[in-house]
Amino acid sequence: MSINLQALSAQLLVGLINGSFYALLSLGLAVIFGMLNIINFAHGALYMMGAFVAYFLLNLAGIGYWPALFLAPIIVGVFGMILERTMLQWIANLDHLYGLLLTFGLALIIQGVFQNYFGSSGLPYAIPDALKGGVNLGFMFLPIYRGWVVIFSLVICIATWFLIERTRLGAYLRAATENPTLVRAFGINVPLMITLTYGLGVGLAAMAGVLSAPINQVRPLMGADLIIVVFAVVVIGGMGSIMGSIITGFTLGIIEGLTKYFYPEASNTVVFVLMVLVLLVKPSGLTGRTT
Amino acid sequence: MTTITDNSIPTTQTRGTKDEMIAFVIMTVLLVAVPFSGLYPFFVMQALCFALFACAFNLLIGYGGLLSFGHAMFMGTAGYVTAHMAKVGTIGFKVPLIGEFMINMGPLSPELSIVFGLIAALVLAVVTGLIAIRRQGIYFAMITLALSQLIFFLYLQTPFTHGEDGIQGIPQGMLFGLFDLSKPTILYYVILVGFLIGFLIIFRAINSPFGEVLKAIRENEPRAISLGYKTDQYKLMAFILSGVLAGFAGALKVFVAQNASLTDVHWTMSGEVVLITLVGGLATLYGPVVGAFVIIAMQQYLAGFGQWVTVIQGVIFVVCVLTFRRGIIGEIGHLFKRSL
Repeated sequence: MSINLQALSAQLLVGLINGSFYALLSLGLAVIFGMLNIINFAHGALYMMGAFVAYFLLNLAGIGYWPALFLAPIIVGVFGMILERTMLQWIANLDHLYGLLLTFGLALIIQGVFQNYFGSSGLPYAIPDALKGGVNLGFMFLPIYRGWVVIFSLVICIATWFLIERTRLGAYLRAATENPTLVRAFGINVPLMITLTYGLGVGLAAMAGVLSAPINQVRPLMGADLIIVVFAVVVIGGMGSIMGSIITGFTLGIIEGLTKYFYPEASNTVVFVLMVLVLLVKPSGLTGRTT
Repeated sequence: MTTITDNSIPTTQTRGTKDEMIAFVIMTVLLVAVPFSGLYPFFVMQALCFALFACAFNLLIGYGGLLSFGHAMFMGTAGYVTAHMAKVGTIGFKVPLIGEFMINMGPLSPELSIVFGLIAALVLAVVTGLIAIRRQGIYFAMITLALSQLIFFLYLQTPFTHGEDGIQGIPQGMLFGLFDLSKPTILYYVILVGFLIGFLIIFRAINSPFGEVLKAIRENEPRAISLGYKTDQYKLMAFILSGVLAGFAGALKVFVAQNASLTDVHWTMSGEVVLITLVGGLATLYGPVVGAFVIIAMQQYLAGFGQWVTVIQGVIFVVCVLTFRRGIIGEIGHLFKRSL
């Protein structure tokens, strides 16, 4: 089998980009899961909201891509914090499954509302001027925007990892995950921290949404099918560590890209097949703690 | 940490089953009377199929504590296979390096088609069950969801399902060569009998030693293990039983709707059955039945609102989880301190 380097590297790039989204989304899920013990089913819907907020900012307020990249996560993050304060808080002491069901309901509401107003078709969002065009790397043509997505999300992932694993705030956060009562006794406002953590996780999803807007268009259901793949990524990675989610996200994106080149029929299913294989060998996931 | 089914009512065994049996008689009489009532029979038949689907789902979450978020794959699979056997009746498979095998039986009778549908659901339930029960809680939910999405993509690509078009124009045929399913009243009673058989199997399973062990696992799995129960085997059995009965619902539904399509395998259908069970009442015998009638009626009569139905369903989800966790039947049962 002769390998077409150009096609292969193109698929690898697509895989890397998908991997960036998987990593950003599963990272947010891991952060939220760590503090709130909730699998945030609304994550895909909030990712979609991020893209829509960027679209609104551009078309209603004339605010471009660069400010939107930071404004949209803040706006959606605040929206997430309101959700946490008004709803998620009340089921904190119940079985995990109620959190899953509640956020599933929220996802239905958010997606339904957007579908009512915007149908199912995509809205265009232009690539910012500074990132237009591409570079010829000799063996392939690299659109600058796509390269930017990969690098930027990698930076955000590392920054989040640094925030949680290497700073004082992160230490409080990890301590509160282990023993909220004790951390509270030290005078730290744990409920506030939980709210902020949810905001952070949601903000990461919204940022991924803004990043994806110029590539995938802005669609109400853009997060709905993606979230299931991300769940599979989470099961494979095990959600034991922040770094685990990042590495698993990128790796699976690349594997998916390779499959698209070598055996395109399986490209939709390869992540799920991998999930089955990992579960058979190591049920706790690759980096998972056994709980 | 309260469990997902905090509505279980401590009643003595005999009184609990007595209440349930009285309710069963009432339900049966009501359903038998439907064709004389002027209610739209198609609606009731559809609701019955979903009721059986939800009862099967409830067996797993309500009594086993396992939230499967991919239950549509069983209903969809059995539906596709039943539809295919009733319409075409060929089984073909490829063995690598050896060749292709094709068995052509021609269009099969409804009962044989259903048997094939049930076998397909059984095989799928065994395979997915063995994989999924290796993890618990939300991971179990995510794994079943991912597996059902895998199945969805398979059906999107395999030729016998006709992809986006689905299998249409399925002949209803003669059940056992006696009952003409194209006659609405006969079809109604056949569906009703099918539903009652499935319901009684679940009723029997719950009120048996097997069901008691399942409840013990739901309440405290480590304790059940320390008592010497092989909990994985019980959970797998419950998963298989639930999957096959969900398949039975799908197979019956094929003769009502006369088509099998991708919507029945999509994960939104899995979400719908969760909603039905939650509205009716988790871990109650009659909750899923009431929930199915409520949700299907809502979809029927709110169809004019278009996409807003999704939003309304989402709102019901949120309200149920926040304030109404026992569901309709659960609240009634709690009020009268009865097990329903």
